[in-house]
Amino acid sequence: MALLDVKDLEVEFPLGRKTLKALHGISFSLNKGERIGIVGESGAGKSVAAFSILNLLSKPGRISAGEVIFENQDISKLNRDQMRHIRGNRISMIFQDPMMTLNPVLTIGTQMTECLKAHRAISKEEARQISISKLRDVMIPSPENRMDSYPHELSGGMRQRVVIAIALLTDPSIIVADEPTTALDVTIQAEIMALMLELCANNNVGLILITHDLAVVSQVTERIIVMYAGRIVEEGQTQDVITNPKHPYTRGLIKALPQENSPGARLNQIRGSMPALDAIPAGCSFNPRCDFADEQCHKDIPQLTGPKTHTAACIHIDRIPAFQSTGGLT
Amino acid sequence: MTENTKTPLVEIENVEMRFGGGGGFLSSPQPVVKALNDVSLTIEKGDAFCLVGESGCGKSTLARTVIGLNPPSAGQIKYNGNRIDNLNSRDRQPFTKKMQMIFQNPYASLNPRMTVYQTLEEPLKIHYPAMSRAEIRSKVEEVMLSVGNDPTWGERYPHEFSGGQRQRISIARALMLDPEFIVADEPISALDVSIQAQVLNVMMDAQKERNLTYLFITHDLSVVEHFGSRVAVMYLGRVCELSHTNDLFKTPRHPYTQALLSAIPKIDGSGVNPVKMSGEVPTAMDLPSGCVFHTRCPHAKERCSREIPALQDNGDTKTACFAVEEGRV
Repeated sequence: MALLDVKDLEVEFPLGRKTLKALHGISFSLNKGERIGIVGESGAGKSVAAFSILNLLSKPGRISAGEVIFENQDISKLNRDQMRHIRGNRISMIFQDPMMTLNPVLTIGTQMTECLKAHRAISKEEARQISISKLRDVMIPSPENRMDSYPHELSGGMRQRVVIAIALLTDPSIIVADEPTTALDVTIQAEIMALMLELCANNNVGLILITHDLAVVSQVTERIIVMYAGRIVEEGQTQDVITNPKHPYTRGLIKALPQENSPGARLNQIRGSMPALDAIPAGCSFNPRCDFADEQCHKDIPQLTGPKTHTAACIHIDRIPAFQSTGGLT
Repeated sequence: MTENTKTPLVEIENVEMRFGGGGGFLSSPQPVVKALNDVSLTIEKGDAFCLVGESGCGKSTLARTVIGLNPPSAGQIKYNGNRIDNLNSRDRQPFTKKMQMIFQNPYASLNPRMTVYQTLEEPLKIHYPAMSRAEIRSKVEEVMLSVGNDPTWGERYPHEFSGGQRQRISIARALMLDPEFIVADEPISALDVSIQAQVLNVMMDAQKERNLTYLFITHDLSVVEHFGSRVAVMYLGRVCELSHTNDLFKTPRHPYTQALLSAIPKIDGSGVNPVKMSGEVPTAMDLPSGCVFHTRCPHAKERCSREIPALQDNGDTKTACFAVEEGRV
């Protein structure tokens, strides 16, 4: 039994007379301690997917169909109070910008102990001790002193470490991280990613990593889900998806990376751009940008097919020539 | 490097940039941010010169100083052998025509109240007041086509376009005056992966067709490797390594460059294994003594905290590091 089971999740945003569909029925599961990555470009629906799992969709967005089964209950149907016992407790979140996540007028210590006391019946002193030990886990130097610091006194990397420490406070079984390193520099990004990988592995915490960066995902996760225009277009073991992508979109993404092209040459590009939510083409939503598209692609919506370890949603999956890496991977 | 007797296109000589300061009589003295410290670079014609470094290292400040958006606190900037940093705006005009800039965020750099056509014709109207409307129209269309934009976009407003399309409009605006030199400050970092490739292609095509010289600022090293001919790695307002792109990626010499390269996430699943640097980037308000990198450098010795290393020739590259000079790296 998977720890988290998302089944045919649909999300829509009613806007006046129109209703925009952000998710067209996505399904995936996460096992205990497993690390999966959801990749895609802006507008693919990856953040909406994460927010809907946590019941955090901002109004007027709503889950219009599907289930999110966590520890044998459908958490998409829970009310606010019930959800509070799960969110931030059993499932934690890490967002992109640590400055926005942390409260600027409260000390790190206050924010951490508050979070613990909201979920556990413990004394202030116990909460303080747990907080300090979590700060130590994320390698913050002299954690006792940092407890009295305000977020603005810390650098971006340190702030994100604090956010990770807060996410780990209640020993959650899943962490959902939405672009956790996008706002950080490369050297800091590498440190934070190494840290998250280590912490998740040591504490057997499941990770849902949402990012647009294929390289980051390939380093940290065991399984990858590729999203395009509100649908999952490919899913599989990280190594399989990276070295042998099946869907034309995934292939295009990988081939567009500079390290996949010889220096100075024109980059392989995917023409056009992701459709807006109110202009998603009929049939396969990738068809206007796809080199293999034909009449059938304009009519039928492809389903995920293939062996369980590596599926892709493309009608012509058998017709498309084998993927050949153009560089980097050798 | 072979000695070139031709004048380089852009020469940056001992440029310093300070922000803040002042106060003192009735108000408390303000801290001084030393954004650029003794930076010297030359950009040859046809270069795609890349500046890399982390946030706060002064790469954007240097770009803005070169193009004339902030006059330097000290030092000189020469364009084709002529000093340009001390000119007033009228004397500068012949040079501004030749130097253009592309900014990071295409949502902020295009005027939302002007149609694309108005945005593109404006530079022509300023620099060539005698140009007829028909000439302007044909020039706008030519440039739009050359960056892969549909000329019928002219009547529309920036909000009607996606990020990648807007950035191509910004590139078109920069190309309107047939410049020789383009400063691009993180032109693709706000864009999606598949769109980044489109915009980089447009920039590379334009360079080939128009014989452009780029000063390209980025924090994405894989883009540098692909796009750049020469690279300067900056740290806290100083250049710590200056090299041809191939050399830099093959044999990074400066300890900071090594750490930076080891941190690039690779798609081959080689895992995360960055060179460990201790501590945090110090602030430019309170620079470390000696080598600015010594507080985090794994090879730092006592001398590094006393003396400032100069950028010295080291084979094909230039490095500013005592450890490299003494053969310890």
